[in-house]
Amino acid sequence: MKLLKRKSDRIDELAAGAGEGGTSLAADALKRMARSPVAVVGAGVVALFVILSAIAPWIAPKDPFTRYPELRSELTPTNIPGPMPGFLLGSDQNGYDFFSRLLVASQQTLIVGVLATLLGLTVGMIIGGLAGALGGWVDSALMRLVDIMLSLPALLLAISIAALFREGSQWTVIIAVGTVSVPIFARLLRGAMLAQRESDHVLAATALGVRRRTVVFRHMLPNSLGPVIVQATLTLAAAIIEAASLSFLGLGDPSPRRAEWGLMLAQAQRHFEVKPELAFYPAAAIIIVALGFTLLGESMRESLDPKNRR
Amino acid sequence: MPLLDVRDLSVVFKRKGTAPFTAVDNVSFAVEPGQTVGLVGESGSGKSVTSLAVMGLLPKRGAHVTGSVNFDGTELLSLSMKELRNRRGRDLGMVFQDPMSSLNPVITVGRQISEVLQRHRGQDRKEADAGAVAMLDQVGIPDPARRVGEYPHQLSGGMRQRALIAIALACRPRLLIADEPTTALDVTIQAQILKLLADLVRGTETAMIMITHDLGVVAGLCDEVNVMYGGKIVERAERHRLFAEPRHPYTHGLLRSIPRLDAPRGEKLVPIKGSVVDNIPWEGGCAFAPRCPNALQRCRQVMPELEPEDARHLRCHNPVQPAAVAEGRAER
Ligand SMILES: Nc1ncnc2c1ncn2[C@@H]1O[C@H](COP(=O)(O)OP(=O)(O)OP(=O)(O)O)[C@@H](O)[C@H]1O
Ligand code: SF4
Ligand SMILES: [Mg+2]
Repeated sequence: MKLLKRKSDRIDELAAGAGEGGTSLAADALKRMARSPVAVVGAGVVALFVILSAIAPWIAPKDPFTRYPELRSELTPTNIPGPMPGFLLGSDQNGYDFFSRLLVASQQTLIVGVLATLLGLTVGMIIGGLAGALGGWVDSALMRLVDIMLSLPALLLAISIAALFREGSQWTVIIAVGTVSVPIFARLLRGAMLAQRESDHVLAATALGVRRRTVVFRHMLPNSLGPVIVQATLTLAAAIIEAASLSFLGLGDPSPRRAEWGLMLAQAQRHFEVKPELAFYPAAAIIIVALGFTLLGESMRESLDPKNRR
Repeated sequence: MPLLDVRDLSVVFKRKGTAPFTAVDNVSFAVEPGQTVGLVGESGSGKSVTSLAVMGLLPKRGAHVTGSVNFDGTELLSLSMKELRNRRGRDLGMVFQDPMSSLNPVITVGRQISEVLQRHRGQDRKEADAGAVAMLDQVGIPDPARRVGEYPHQLSGGMRQRALIAIALACRPRLLIADEPTTALDVTIQAQILKLLADLVRGTETAMIMITHDLGVVAGLCDEVNVMYGGKIVERAERHRLFAEPRHPYTHGLLRSIPRLDAPRGEKLVPIKGSVVDNIPWEGGCAFAPRCPNALQRCRQVMPELEPEDARHLRCHNPVQPAAVAEGRAER
């Protein structure tokens, strides 16, 4: 119970600092970020990842879904071919071109990460927005639910949700990972909206007789989005790791027609002694990309923090 | 008949775990159409809470409001939220202290004006946008056609307050409440804003309640002044009378603590001792007694009532005598 409290309190704290300057703050924050090396590195990694995954199918030197005879012929239980002409990183355990598969897998990772985050963001914002706008018992009930979800370790919750589906697929992973991020978004938006409700400009709008609906959608919501946007970046990092973990555990789509870093990592385990790179490269890719999003998110949060203004 | 008639207004804050706190205690005053009435007092004397109660803006939970607020024949305290929302912004306008935090940072000032015009005047967006430009022009913002599209952070402090006034006056409310409208501004800007407010309401039917802790602000602006202490009105008088002859010891002290340009060099200001924070409640005596130079034994036993005296209303057992006021002048 104590742990539970701490987690949601931390989220509320983040939310309370929200929207104290709106547009001016956003513009300032961008300027500050451009000067921070951490932000630049984070943004660089993220940009590179997004561009690579967008053009991966066109720049992949070989077809990632073809088993090449010249690779297969050399596959034995004790040998997986290393780099050779035309095959930059050699073969994987099935005779596919390892490099092309690695490259194309970035696309899968991005799609799953983004869709899962969007799902969490949408549902979380609806819950948090309702709680923050209506308050009272609606708020209490919804936040009780959210706190229970927050009290469970995210990965455990994601595994339990994924396990509910009869067979693993891309959608299983998206739904499981997305659901896990719902409570953070809900709690964040609700906290920010409650802070807004007490703010001077919302009082001023109320003093002008502005309709309740307008107060919520024009005066409270837009000023509450800062921490939510930051969280979306951080959630993307977590979602990429969680999605990889689910595939690693065999809860994702096992079809070889789909290249995915978590699954590649899982399958490489059995061949670790023969060709450790098969595990090393996907693992490194996951870590670097997640780190990129985390750096970007954290530096965004820092530069949006009103305490760091000027 | 007065436009606004406040009778026996009391606001008690009740929170679980804390003793009830009476922020406004049986306050009565009236505002005639076109009149400007001052509400003066130290921090914590209940000025803002009074104005929020008039506007119906106090939280429903925790704030217990009693008495009567009659606006042009309508009892505001018994209006439904919906009816109240229709009145706010249209009949009753309010200007707040801090122009930066009172403006929505993510929408343009023009939109914040046109929003009110659309809401209460039923204008379409185009008409309302034109109205916004006209309003900005009227409050003396240069190049209004460009400024309507700007965000609050792009304006200077003084211009923001002008924008806030434009928003409050957009629908020509019959009563404007200005709660310390100049406190957050530079001294040089303060005078401009006060002049603007005076110009905007002079010669119109718009009545104004000017809330301030600064008697200097009231001096040039208000027809009548209410001095508040500890949630109660302690003296009410016509402006010139109050300044010429403050009779309540608190008012007297306030006036003596204003720096004057014409005061002889080297003369010390006489601040009022203590602060309103350590006030004792009114029941069983005068709340000002611990700080009052005129206090009598009786002041700690019997609460003084607000009574007509000497062409004013006064709540005091032992008021400052006119002769003593004159003496205080002569000393200067
Ligand atoms: N929501 C509230 N809950 C509890 N007490 C309150 C609340 N709002 C105001 N008060 C108390 O009521 C008293 C009067 O406050 P008010 O804001 O009216 O003072 P004021 O005269 O406007 O002073 P200032 O010059 O500081 O604005 C203060 O002691 C304040 O602490
Ligand atoms: S009633 Fe007594 S204590 Fe109160 S202001 Fe008058 S003289 Fe002072
Ligand atoms: Mg106040």
